Amino acid sequence: MKTEKAARAGLNNTLLARALLALRGKKLLIHLGLILFGLVMLYPLLWMVSSSLKPEGLIFREQGLIPTSVTGQNFTDGWNALSSPFSHYLVNSLIITGGAVLGNLTACSLAAYAFARMEFPLKRLWFALMLGSIMLPLQVVIVPQYILFKQLDWINTFYPLIVPKFLATDAFFVFLMVQFIRTLPRDLDEAARIDGAGHWRIFSRIIVPLSLPALATTAIFTFIWTWNDFLSQLIFLTDPDKHTVPVALRTFLDSSGQSAWGPMFAMSVLSLGPIFGFFLAGQKYLVRGVAVTGLK
Amino acid sequence: MTGTQVRPRPDEAPGDGRRSASAQEADRARRRRRRKEALAAYLFLTPWFGGLLFITAGPLLASLYLSFTDYSLIGGSDWVGLDNYTRMFSEDPRFLKALQNTTIYVFVSVPLQLAFALLLALVLDRGVRGLAVYRSVYYLPSLLGSSVAIAILWRKVFGDDGLFNHFLGLFGVDGHSWIGDPSTALGTLIVLNVWTFGSPMVIFLAGLRQIPVSYYEAAGIDGAGKVRQFFHITMPLLTPVIFFNLILQLIGAFQSFTQAFVVSGGNGSPSDSTLFYTMYVYTKGFNSFEMGYASAMAWFLVIIIACLTALNFLMSKYWVFYGDN
Repeated sequence: MKTEKAARAGLNNTLLARALLALRGKKLLIHLGLILFGLVMLYPLLWMVSSSLKPEGLIFREQGLIPTSVTGQNFTDGWNALSSPFSHYLVNSLIITGGAVLGNLTACSLAAYAFARMEFPLKRLWFALMLGSIMLPLQVVIVPQYILFKQLDWINTFYPLIVPKFLATDAFFVFLMVQFIRTLPRDLDEAARIDGAGHWRIFSRIIVPLSLPALATTAIFTFIWTWNDFLSQLIFLTDPDKHTVPVALRTFLDSSGQSAWGPMFAMSVLSLGPIFGFFLAGQKYLVRGVAVTGLK
Repeated sequence: MTGTQVRPRPDEAPGDGRRSASAQEADRARRRRRRKEALAAYLFLTPWFGGLLFITAGPLLASLYLSFTDYSLIGGSDWVGLDNYTRMFSEDPRFLKALQNTTIYVFVSVPLQLAFALLLALVLDRGVRGLAVYRSVYYLPSLLGSSVAIAILWRKVFGDDGLFNHFLGLFGVDGHSWIGDPSTALGTLIVLNVWTFGSPMVIFLAGLRQIPVSYYEAAGIDGAGKVRQFFHITMPLLTPVIFFNLILQLIGAFQSFTQAFVVSGGNGSPSDSTLFYTMYVYTKGFNSFEMGYASAMAWFLVIIIACLTALNFLMSKYWVFYGDN
C-alpha cells in the first residue's frame, strides 16, 4: 500500500516534471523567438554603430557587427565635413529643443489647468477647438506661417521654432495634462481655496508639483520630437549657419555623395545619442505617455 | 453664453424684503466670483489663444483663402477660384502620382504595422518574463523612425551593397539596389514604417491589461480553448483600442515626410516612385513658390484625413465594441 502510494507519487512527480519541462521548453521557445525578432529589429541600428567605428574601406566588405579594426577617424572626419564643425549644429539643435521644452511646459500646463479646473463661458467650444487642432496636418498651416514669419523677419532665426511652443500650439500636451490633472483629487484645491489661495497659487503650489509625471512626459516627448523634426527646420532655417542637426545631416548626404558613408554614419550615431539618452532615462514616462495618449 | 444671468429661486418670497435682499447680495457675490474666475481662466488661456489666433486658426483660414489664389510670395495674390483644385486632377500627373504613392504606402504599411503590433502585444501579454526589456527594444524604433539619421541608414541598408543584399546573399539570392529600383523603392519605405510598430504595440499592451482576467477564467471553466477565448473575449474587447490605433496611424502615415524626402534625395526619385503627398506640397510651396497651389493641395489633404476619420467613425458602429452596448 505504502509502496503503491510512493510509486504513484513518483509517477505523478515525473509527469509533473515532464509537464514543467514541456512548459519551460515552450517558454524558452517564446523567449528565443522574441530575442531573435528583437535582434532583427535592432540589427540595422547596431550595424550603423559598428560601421561608424570601421575604417572606410571595411564598411561594406565586412558586414559583421564586430569590427576587425576600430578607428575614430569617421567621427573626426564627419565632425569637420561641413562648413562649421558639427558641434555648431548640435548647439543650434539644443537651443531650439531647450526653448521648445520650456515653452511647452509653461504654456501647455497653464492652458491645461484652465480646462481641467476652472469654469468660464465658452469652455466647451474652446476645448473642442483645442482637441480638433491635434488632428490638423502641419502642411496646411505652414505656408501662411512662413508668410507671417517672413513679414516679421523671423526666417533664419530660431523664433519660428520656439515662440509657437510658448503659445501652446502642441495641443497634444494640453490634452495630456488636462487628462492628468483631472485624476488629481479636487479636495486639495478646495482646502487651499478655503485657506484663501487663488488660482495662481493653487496652480503653482499644488497642481504643478503633483503633475510631475505629466510634465516629464511632455518634456521628454517635446525634446525628442523637436530634435527629430525636419520639415519645419528645413523650411524656416535656410542659412547654413542656422542649420540644425537633421538639416545638417541632410546637406551632408547631398554634398558628399557615395564616398563618405563612414563619417555620415558617425554623425548619424551622434545625432541619435540624445534621443537614446532620453529613452533610457525616461522609459517609464515614455511608455506610460504612449499608453495613455497614443503619442509616439 | 450668458450664464451669468441668475434666475430667482422659488423659495424667495417676493414679500419678504429682508430675505430677498440678502439673497440678492449672495447672488451678486456669486456672480462676482464667477466673473473673477472667468477672467482668471482667460488669463491662464492667453498664450493658447495667441497660438490659436496666430499659429493655428489664423493660418488655417489664410491657407484656405490662398488655395483659391495664385500667390508666389512676391506681389499680390490673384483670385483664381477653383483653378488650383481642378489643376491637381486634370493637369498635374505628378500630383496624381504622389497621391497614388501615399495611398499605397498608407494602406499597405498601416495594416501590417498594426498586425505586428497586435501579435507582439499578445505574446508579451502572456506573463513573459522580462516584458519591460522586450517592450523597450521593440519600442525604440518608433522613437527613432522619423529621424534623418534612420532615413540615411535605410538608404544604405537597402542600397546596392547594403545590409539587406548581404542578408539575401546568405541564401544565394542576388540583390540589386532596392532604393534605386522604381518598383521596390516604395516598399523599403513601407518596411521602415512597419518597423516602427512599437508605439501601437504599447497601446495594445495597455488595452490588453484592461481586460479582466476573470473573463478568461470563466471561459476556461466553460471549456473555451485559447483560440475561442481570443475571438470571443480578446478581440471584441480590444476593438476600441484597434480603432484608436488605426485612426492615429492613418493620420500619421498620410503626413509622412522626412523618410521619403531623405531616401529619395528630395525629389521622389527613382522616377517619382517615392514622391509622397507632403513632399510634393513642400516642393510646390517652398521650391517653386507656388504657394496658392501648395495651399490647395494641403487643403485637399485635410479633406482626405477628415473623410477617412469620419468614415472610420461611421464604420466603427459595425465592428467596434464598447462595454455599454
